[in-house]
Amino acid sequence: MILGSINPAVLMAALMVAATPLLLAAIGELVVEKSGVLNLGVEGMMIMGAVTGFMIAVNTGSPLVGFVGAALGGMVLALLFAFLTQALMTNHVASGLALTLFGLGLSALLGQKYVGITPPRTPKLDLGPLSDIPFLGRALFSHDIVVYLTIALVAAVWWFLKYSRAGMILRAVGENHDAAHALGYHVKRVRVLAILFGGACAGLGGAYLSLIRVTQWTEGMTVGAGWIALALVVFASWRPWRAMAGAYLFGGIVVLQLNLQAAGVRIPVEYLSMSPYLITILVLVLISSGKARGSLNAPGSLNRPFHASS
Amino acid sequence: MKKLLTAAVLSAALATPALSEPTKAGFIYIGPVGDFGWTAGHDRARKIMQEHFGDAVETTIVENVDYGADAERVMTQMALSGTDVIFAASFGYGPDVNVIAGRFPDVAFQHATGYIQDHPNVSLYDARFYEGRAVLGHIAGKMTETNTIGYIASYPIPAVISGINSAYLHAKAVNPDVQFRIIWTYSWFDPALEADAAETLIEQGADVIMQHTDSTAAIRVAEDAGVMAFGQASDMTQFGPTAHLSAIVDNWAPYYIDRVQAVMDGTWEAQNSWLGFADGIIEMAPWNDRIPAELQAEADALVAAIAGGEYHPFTGPINFQDGTPWLADGEVAPDVDLATMDFYVEGITADLPN
Repeated sequence: MILGSINPAVLMAALMVAATPLLLAAIGELVVEKSGVLNLGVEGMMIMGAVTGFMIAVNTGSPLVGFVGAALGGMVLALLFAFLTQALMTNHVASGLALTLFGLGLSALLGQKYVGITPPRTPKLDLGPLSDIPFLGRALFSHDIVVYLTIALVAAVWWFLKYSRAGMILRAVGENHDAAHALGYHVKRVRVLAILFGGACAGLGGAYLSLIRVTQWTEGMTVGAGWIALALVVFASWRPWRAMAGAYLFGGIVVLQLNLQAAGVRIPVEYLSMSPYLITILVLVLISSGKARGSLNAPGSLNRPFHASS
Repeated sequence: MKKLLTAAVLSAALATPALSEPTKAGFIYIGPVGDFGWTAGHDRARKIMQEHFGDAVETTIVENVDYGADAERVMTQMALSGTDVIFAASFGYGPDVNVIAGRFPDVAFQHATGYIQDHPNVSLYDARFYEGRAVLGHIAGKMTETNTIGYIASYPIPAVISGINSAYLHAKAVNPDVQFRIIWTYSWFDPALEADAAETLIEQGADVIMQHTDSTAAIRVAEDAGVMAFGQASDMTQFGPTAHLSAIVDNWAPYYIDRVQAVMDGTWEAQNSWLGFADGIIEMAPWNDRIPAELQAEADALVAAIAGGEYHPFTGPINFQDGTPWLADGEVAPDVDLATMDFYVEGITADLPN
């Protein structure tokens, strides 16, 4: 056995990088769903973020500005979704799917002139002596700042939903929008803000792919990451830390199977490569079956349009 | 000024001879034309073909067409709108092409890299990529310092497997200590996964990366890591000017012109073409300057020998992976063995997924 060629520290490091775009998109969608809205357009918002972030980073020379642009790009698409579902009261599922198709097409159009260009580099965060710790230094303390900010974002979302007044209002809106409305909360305003937050996060996730992980723009480059992020939210039963665990698990499977293959280990590669998608399907089947909903901790008003008159 | 323009337009219109209906050629692609790899190669050829015929040919393309129902829908649409010849440019379209060809016997179907030919209006065409892989393997074997070559493969199909075997045999011939590490991605196009695969291979000691997947992500990773890499299907130098040693560049244009001409002349009939260096269908991207002049000359000689038919990349003695003999000394692999290849040759340590 030649497992010796796999370096666990590097494996851990690669896993964190692979998980970051998924986690960013998933944590945004988690907040959206907590407010009672199901936005299936994550893939579309991600790829929009990937292309706008890339374009802006290339033109300004600053990856940081690029990330801000990516968040805005995702938000623009999310705003469209918010308008459709909150103002026009369209069906969430159909609008979300349309958003994905629209985002894929629009990003291909926008990015035409940016194929084959190298974006400015995002430097690794200098953590000084921390990076020199054996094993942990390489595994945990040798990343770009986005990896750490993403973890901080998970903590912030967790705190926001659990302890802040605004977070409780958001959850109330998601659990029972009629009751929240009766209490005088602005259901639609809360939902629009949540949708925008989700769009910004998905956009950041997309930009992480185009600016850091792949460092180029290619049409359709998200290749299903948005769908995995959606599944992660359910997988996590709408709990932020579990979403992080799920993202690391998904990222881990991908990185591990690549390493095992390269090391020449006899594994059924087909099944391992399939496994994230199989879990995704399984989880999506679970979400759609009515009975399991309660045990899955789904927000009570998820995917139910709201109008003040009803 | 306006008058002048009008006059120009008029004269241009008059100058165009009254042509009969243009020949319509439809192309369906598995990826985006902007992939800078496989699909880009086919679209490059389509454009050259279009230029060659001018107004006599009208081409349409549909990108990102999935295998199965999606492909059938697109081809039906093309056939119904009067397309004369349809080029389906990916291996997996095989069953779909044959289903639709049965329904539209008057439309000529050209399926790239396929093997199913159920109807008299289905032509197959493929390139002998293993010829190019032999050259890449030779260069890789000489250039590697760690004696480890990383290979990013898509699906375990004969074209990919024969490429791995050819590259390995020729790397081994010049460097007996060479080792191949192979990762299957089960996708033709997934930039993030290909980047991860390249990183993993480099981490495990590979200093030359080969790929049989379509994105340019691995070249970028190799450039950043300071190792060497080969492009796929197109010249990918711009993605890694230092890392990119060369690439097998697909040049389908002569074949496309030939086939469309046959459709126009009414002489088109189904064929099964397998073309290589000799036909100009594959060629090597310019050698990177970091390849020593001596090695460049060797590579040029290898290309010439294969093109001239003096040398076949699969010439015995070659054993199967388990050591049992496949080709005797001096024996040349029959095409059928190559077209159905489902085994590794002796020396490759990994297991081939079924």
